[in-house]
Amino acid sequence: MSQPILMKGNEAIAEAAIRAGCRFFAGYPITPQNEIPEYMSRRLPEVGGAFVQAESEVAAINMLYGAAGAGARCMTSSSSPGISLKQEGISYMAGSELPGLIVNIVRGGPGLGTIQPAQSDYFQATKGGGHGDYRLVVYGPDTLQEAVDMVFEAFRVSDAYRNPVMILGDGVLGQMMEPVRFPPEDADVHKVEKPWATTGAGDGDTRLICSIHLEAEELNAHNMHLHEKYQAIKENETLYEEVEMEDAQLCLVAYGTTSRICRAVIEQCRSEGMKVGMIRPITLWPFPDKPISEAAKKVDAFLAVEMSLGQMVEDVRLAVNGRVPVGFFGRTGGLIPTPDEIVAALKRLVEEEGVTS
Amino acid sequence: MSKHDIIMAGFGGQGVMSMGTLLTYAGMIEGKNVSWIPSYGPEMRGGTANCSVVISDSPIASPLVTKPTAVIAMNLPSLDKFESWLEPGGVLIINSSMVNRKAQRDDIIVVEVPANEVAQELGSSRIANMVALGAYVTATGAVKAESVLDSLKEALPAHRHNLIPLNKEALERGGAFAQQDRSSGR
Repeated sequence: MSQPILMKGNEAIAEAAIRAGCRFFAGYPITPQNEIPEYMSRRLPEVGGAFVQAESEVAAINMLYGAAGAGARCMTSSSSPGISLKQEGISYMAGSELPGLIVNIVRGGPGLGTIQPAQSDYFQATKGGGHGDYRLVVYGPDTLQEAVDMVFEAFRVSDAYRNPVMILGDGVLGQMMEPVRFPPEDADVHKVEKPWATTGAGDGDTRLICSIHLEAEELNAHNMHLHEKYQAIKENETLYEEVEMEDAQLCLVAYGTTSRICRAVIEQCRSEGMKVGMIRPITLWPFPDKPISEAAKKVDAFLAVEMSLGQMVEDVRLAVNGRVPVGFFGRTGGLIPTPDEIVAALKRLVEEEGVTS
Repeated sequence: MSKHDIIMAGFGGQGVMSMGTLLTYAGMIEGKNVSWIPSYGPEMRGGTANCSVVISDSPIASPLVTKPTAVIAMNLPSLDKFESWLEPGGVLIINSSMVNRKAQRDDIIVVEVPANEVAQELGSSRIANMVALGAYVTATGAVKAESVLDSLKEALPAHRHNLIPLNKEALERGGAFAQQDRSSGR
């Protein structure tokens, strides 16, 4: 690993993508992720890659479709309203089994909302967003180092399963600076075999990339194939972290920036004798329902904390399946929950549900 | 184990963001865990700007600072906003060139620095931020002043390295105000 470099989150994600072999980027400006295309526009030409400032987000995602189809390791980035515009293209990429990385540095919504941080695109990222029976693999890193590491991981998974992947950050992650270390550039990442890519068939079989299957039986078979792929991703690629769960009686569930605040909450609660731990999903889809289900046998209650009015909490409730209470605390509009607010929410939960801590 | 949570704030153009970046960089050079985050939002030219820096021996839980151990207030609106946020016993650096009132709390350590006047004396009004930063590092020992200078060497392009002696002087002049305050028993 290299010496640590102090970088903004957006720049760190962009540099990680280049080092992971990304050679095509298309995007359209929007705050708070503009440092990503800015960085890419400078760095990609240095490594023989191509940068396109597209005329719109719709164009950018369809350029990604083309680049991925030609076998390029490719990426686009935007923030919430721009990601909404990309949904049709993401669905087409999933249907055509095209790999590619989409970065969403989430801002407050709905509509134009605000440029300040939020986590209110969880539903869109993990439950579809575009049409059809498809899944995106979604990563919710909580430090800049993890964001860098997840860029590499996302590209690997994207190629291995031929499926688009997303990094779901937020304005805090994009705008903050932390030291990051980059692994040395791995020449092998450029050598992923893509026998399906439309690079010219030569004497071989015709290669066709499309998402249209008009015959019901044919589309059903395609959907079943995708389903099997998603089951394999669930089985093999789910990532999460457990924090102080050994003796925890209350379990926080949070991802991204919010989980960092929850780490401070754990410190504060433990100093007051409250046995609080956290399960932190790193992949938001596939969601780590098994560890949460296991924890439900041991803890007295869960509290999901998000910068939304309650989206991920639904997945927590599905995993807990009614065995113990699941509370929720969230802030919206660009407001960020403070440790004191979360501690108060935990204490309210203990009181209202009559559970011990 | 030490942990420093700092908020620095002022008008846009007072060098608040770069002051924070340098401090963060200096902490990293010393092998500490560091984070920097700007306030960002619908800011406007001439409006207020602030950033939060954490320097810690242990991994940083939250990079967001709600109970600072130190505040550097480069102007009056910043003092008005952040004085009440300080932890008891925290350090408040006031740029007295731009602030016409005293601190209201008596459970904190206050260092008044006429940063703009000192910067003028040194011949560059743009260096007031380094004067204030000098007072901060002397008052708290969060990082060494040399580390701030080392980080300047990284941050400045080579053809600007002629400015390093001036920055060194600014840090020292600022630091003297913090020492003065300490020796007067505050």
